[in-house]
Amino acid sequence: MIAEFRVLTFITFFPLVGMLATAFVPRQQVRWIRAITVGVTLVQLALAIYIWANFNGSLAGINDPKSFQFVERLPWIRLSGLGVFGNLTIDYFMGLDGLSVTMVLLTAIIAAVGAIASFSIQRNIKGYFLMYLLLDIGIMGTFCALDFFLFYIFWELMLLPMYFLIGIWGGARREYAAMKFFLYTLLGSIFMLLVMIGLYFSNEVMLLIPGTHEVLRNPMTHRPELYHTFSMLRMMDPRAFVAGSIFSGAGTAWRYAGFFGLFFAFAVKIPMVPFHTWLPDAHVEAPTAISVILAGVLLKMGAYGILRLSLGIFPEIAVALSWYMAMFGFINIVYGALCAMAQSDFKRLIAYSSISHMGYVLLGIASLNAQGMLGAVFQMFNHGIVTAMLFLLVGVLYDRTQTRGVLEFGGLANQMPRYFALVVIAFFAALGLPAFSMFLSEAFVFLGSFQTWQTWTIASAVGMILTAAYFLLTLQRMFFGTVPERWNQLTDVTPRELVSLVPLAAIVIAVGIYPGPIVDLMTTSVNALVSIVHTNAPLTKAALLP
Amino acid sequence: MDQLILLSLVALGLPLLVFLLVIFNQRALADRAHLIALPAMAFSSALACYVAWIKVRTPGLLAIEWSADWIRFGNVPGLGPLVIRHSILLDNMTAILLVVVTGVSLLVHVFSIGYMRKDTRYARYFAFLGLFTFAMLGVVLAGNLFQLYMFWELVGFSSYSLIAHWYERHGPQYASKKAFIVNRIGDAFFFIGILLLFSEFRTFEFREIFGYIEQGLPLSFSMLGLAPETTLTIAGLLIFCGAVAKSAQFPLHVWLPDAMEGPTPVSALIHAATMVAAGVYLMARLFPILTGNAMLIVALTGAFTSVLAATIAITQRDIKRVLAYSTVSQLGLMIMSIGSGAVAAGFFHLVTHAVFKACLFLGAGSVIHAMHRALHDLHDHETDAQDIHNMGGLFRRMPVTGWTYLVATLAITGLPLTAGFLSKDEILAGSMAYGGLQQGIALAIPWIGLAVTLLTALYMWRQVFLVFFGNPARPAVQEKIRESPYVMTVPLVALAVFCVWFWFGRNPLSAEHGWFLSKWVKTPASVVPPQTAPPFRPAGYVPPPQEFASQPFGAAITPPQEGAHVWELPPMPHQVALERARVANTGMAEGAALGSALAGFLFAFVLFVWRPSWSASLRRAFRPFYNASQRGWYLDAIYDFIVVDTVMLTARVTAWFDRRILDGFVNLAARATVLLAHITGWFDKYVIDGIVTLTGATVQFLGLMARSVQTGRVQTYLAWVVAAVVVALVVLRFALFHS
Repeated sequence: MIAEFRVLTFITFFPLVGMLATAFVPRQQVRWIRAITVGVTLVQLALAIYIWANFNGSLAGINDPKSFQFVERLPWIRLSGLGVFGNLTIDYFMGLDGLSVTMVLLTAIIAAVGAIASFSIQRNIKGYFLMYLLLDIGIMGTFCALDFFLFYIFWELMLLPMYFLIGIWGGARREYAAMKFFLYTLLGSIFMLLVMIGLYFSNEVMLLIPGTHEVLRNPMTHRPELYHTFSMLRMMDPRAFVAGSIFSGAGTAWRYAGFFGLFFAFAVKIPMVPFHTWLPDAHVEAPTAISVILAGVLLKMGAYGILRLSLGIFPEIAVALSWYMAMFGFINIVYGALCAMAQSDFKRLIAYSSISHMGYVLLGIASLNAQGMLGAVFQMFNHGIVTAMLFLLVGVLYDRTQTRGVLEFGGLANQMPRYFALVVIAFFAALGLPAFSMFLSEAFVFLGSFQTWQTWTIASAVGMILTAAYFLLTLQRMFFGTVPERWNQLTDVTPRELVSLVPLAAIVIAVGIYPGPIVDLMTTSVNALVSIVHTNAPLTKAALLP
Repeated sequence: MDQLILLSLVALGLPLLVFLLVIFNQRALADRAHLIALPAMAFSSALACYVAWIKVRTPGLLAIEWSADWIRFGNVPGLGPLVIRHSILLDNMTAILLVVVTGVSLLVHVFSIGYMRKDTRYARYFAFLGLFTFAMLGVVLAGNLFQLYMFWELVGFSSYSLIAHWYERHGPQYASKKAFIVNRIGDAFFFIGILLLFSEFRTFEFREIFGYIEQGLPLSFSMLGLAPETTLTIAGLLIFCGAVAKSAQFPLHVWLPDAMEGPTPVSALIHAATMVAAGVYLMARLFPILTGNAMLIVALTGAFTSVLAATIAITQRDIKRVLAYSTVSQLGLMIMSIGSGAVAAGFFHLVTHAVFKACLFLGAGSVIHAMHRALHDLHDHETDAQDIHNMGGLFRRMPVTGWTYLVATLAITGLPLTAGFLSKDEILAGSMAYGGLQQGIALAIPWIGLAVTLLTALYMWRQVFLVFFGNPARPAVQEKIRESPYVMTVPLVALAVFCVWFWFGRNPLSAEHGWFLSKWVKTPASVVPPQTAPPFRPAGYVPPPQEFASQPFGAAITPPQEGAHVWELPPMPHQVALERARVANTGMAEGAALGSALAGFLFAFVLFVWRPSWSASLRRAFRPFYNASQRGWYLDAIYDFIVVDTVMLTARVTAWFDRRILDGFVNLAARATVLLAHITGWFDKYVIDGIVTLTGATVQFLGLMARSVQTGRVQTYLAWVVAAVVVALVVLRFALFHS
């Protein structure tokens, strides 16, 4: 049934249809251009909901191709007889498991919300929406791809539109910010590319003749032909590595180098302190919708990469270095919170709070047990929703006042009561109040990491206090007191803004009270990932597992 | 599902329903919000009364439990299935608190109709009262630590929202933020305590945690490498940190006096009767896992807090701040009581305190309301309506408020025929027993208890004399004072009625055989390993062999059985000893308590009625102490200096480091790359390309040279040919000659 309906191809490449349609609409027809993008993202959202409804939470995925869902696998590039390069196969290999399904859902939600928020763009609207749809393809594809080469292509594909979206439609220092973002990410990608090529040479598979169970053989020798592959699942099998190849063995210097290369690429994306400085600039300069996408989804690509690739492919290194990973998680949490506390620019403040919250993801991954990793994956989803809401709220105010200075406001609670209510929901969700989704994921992270790294977890608890402090301080500064003269004409949120904000608020509360529909998607996969990491990490003491 | 559980869930849900209905219809409801809130609260409290009545009247029904899976972690590697559950635990303590919470909440709702009339955010106010009641009932009903923590935080949130009710003013803004953050500090430790218990026992359920610990501490139970016994002490103290913040114990008590910036009925409900008592409830609930050392620290913290707050209360001028410090002091007594092993007494005092302190706060609200009206009529906007030195002689003008205030004062100062007398006696008897058995520093605890009793009488009677009796400080204001409307006086009368002894037992002089202590509430049995229990035993007690202590945690251990097993354990030896000593001390405690309460009354009478000039000269003589006491021993200033300023400075330094150093490094790398590119470009242009150009130029030069030969004139060519021939001949000549 699912094989007939190629839902992943559809959800990934449907924006292409929108791009084509947009290309044929005259640039003056702004309404049509907007409508096409909103329509496309709504179709994507419908598809994501279809996936969510049909996803079987009891199948693990991770390294077992049979338990992936919505799988599409077609040979894409096959070359043989390349001399020292051997034979090459690249597959169009897409599929979902518990790690990626929530990310696909998140991407669809955030893309739709971002499309609505993009209505405030005034310049070169056609170009903007073309880029927006291209970005959408790149992100969605990254989460669906199971072939490393394909993953890399989507990963890089996302960079280009992002560069233009910040660089053309951004704020005053847009060129600087766009360049910084592009180059920083590209630097990471280069390391990823090198490791990917190394992994390619370390893996060989036999291929079947399409439609049969016959193995492809060399026409001369009639021996089975071995192909190098980019399949991620294959790379997660430590016995499959070609003997004597660069990444074979366990705990070798090359494998450490490989882990570092991959990890750096993802750490930039998360972003992990000290590789985070591109983020505040990119956020402050990017238009609202792009900030929403950036914080809501793009950062998760880094964490997703660590979970899927760094842990899966180099488990023994990940286990050996998990103490440091937990330390960096702690640094992210506390450093981000401290920086946020000192900001007077509303958007910069939210950007640093994002850094702080992504620290929980790192800490959860470093725990290497089911509760912590579940917390990490869950936090990725929750943070996506909450931070999207926060950036939308910043945008609402910026659209009206053209300023983001926290200290310039006051008394907005009475001036914009609906806006105030939404801000309260978003702030208290972000500071981890129970009944909001982020409390649960942060609690899970702590539950897991306390069992593995007591000291870092106890130290990270300081983040709970600091986060409360800077959000409440901001609330007091901007919303309590009396309205300054210059802002007493400000209007409350419009229906269009409500359309994008209210669903997010509803998700935050619904998931916080009844997390089953999201958590049940990922538990099996997370548990499988944990046991794979621990069984495939022979070098280290098994004591890490509870 | 048990019928009682179902009914208490309905009682829990109704206030939430009120919140949702009102918060989304604020504009439509406006000043009619109480029409939804009041009936719902009345129904909820009727249900609570029914549940509690059935519960406490049914013998042998120690605890009713219900749970349902909430979050499933699946089949966790190395552990097997793991779930977080919704669970409800309904024992007598819970049942009684259900009545207290819903009852006080109902009366506060009624009072608020009068007090909050004409408020601009009337509907919002009732919505958050509903949310608070829901969250507080959730804390009380929670059957596991995770759920308790969630409601615990929600209680903090609703408290924040209500303190910030008048957020236009600076005071409430600051106070609400402070309350939330100070509570967060305690909660962070509380949460670590929960993590510590969870990481060993893989459960949040009270029954299971108690059951596991009762079977012996596993060796793997360790925090930061400490021994299991020490870790258990730490776990108890970490959880106590939550109570320290919520119940305003030293050093985190500083938020509560500031929280008085909220509306007065809110102070009565949240910051006197119920929420601040949640910490006491938490400690009573988790008392079974408190080790001897943990008990001592808890008792000392409570004792210190109670005397500290009492010394501050005697000099406060604001009627609400006196009551706030009084609350801190009384909460200290309760915590002290739980620490000294008299859990039932501490819980008893929680209940009686909820009643008389709510009565006092609502009475204060009634006075403030009347003062506001009087000042408003006089067009006086300067006078502070809450300063007790602006009042005086109000008793005749407001008889109902005056009488009820008097009854509640009798109760809090612990004079006979009141409920406060009974509960305070129990606490003092318990602390005497504990001090005598524990020895050492614990000997100070009963003395502190007596000192606090004296101070309580002093500051309460000071307040009563200054507010209700004596000569009016402002006769013009006093003339205009009128009694509050019925919606405000009826709750006062209702609460005053409950300040009397007979609700808790037949004998007005001892609660010992009254139904509250003999039938309803008992000190739970401790489950800590014997070697960590307090070091005293009843006479003639033979200790059991120690071999089962510290067994490894493994397959041998069985999960605690279903049912009420943990609640039915016999008391441990030290508890037996404590109980015997307490009974022996009851008479002495009664006498001492009565004596110090009367002494406090006499002091107050002398200083504020008989010889008011003496109080002024006392104040002059002890000026520095007086000032320090009035400013809460400067703790706020110290915290501002040490904690707040340090954190803000760290934040600024971090942000500077981020902008200038880290990002500076990135920018430097970028600039270095650009510089390198320039150098490369220069090198390329002048060196690499220079070589190319040079090569070309050389060729060109040679070409130029060669070209000069190509003149096109035959004579020149001939000359060249001749020259060449000559050269060739010469060369050949020499070559041949040599050969």
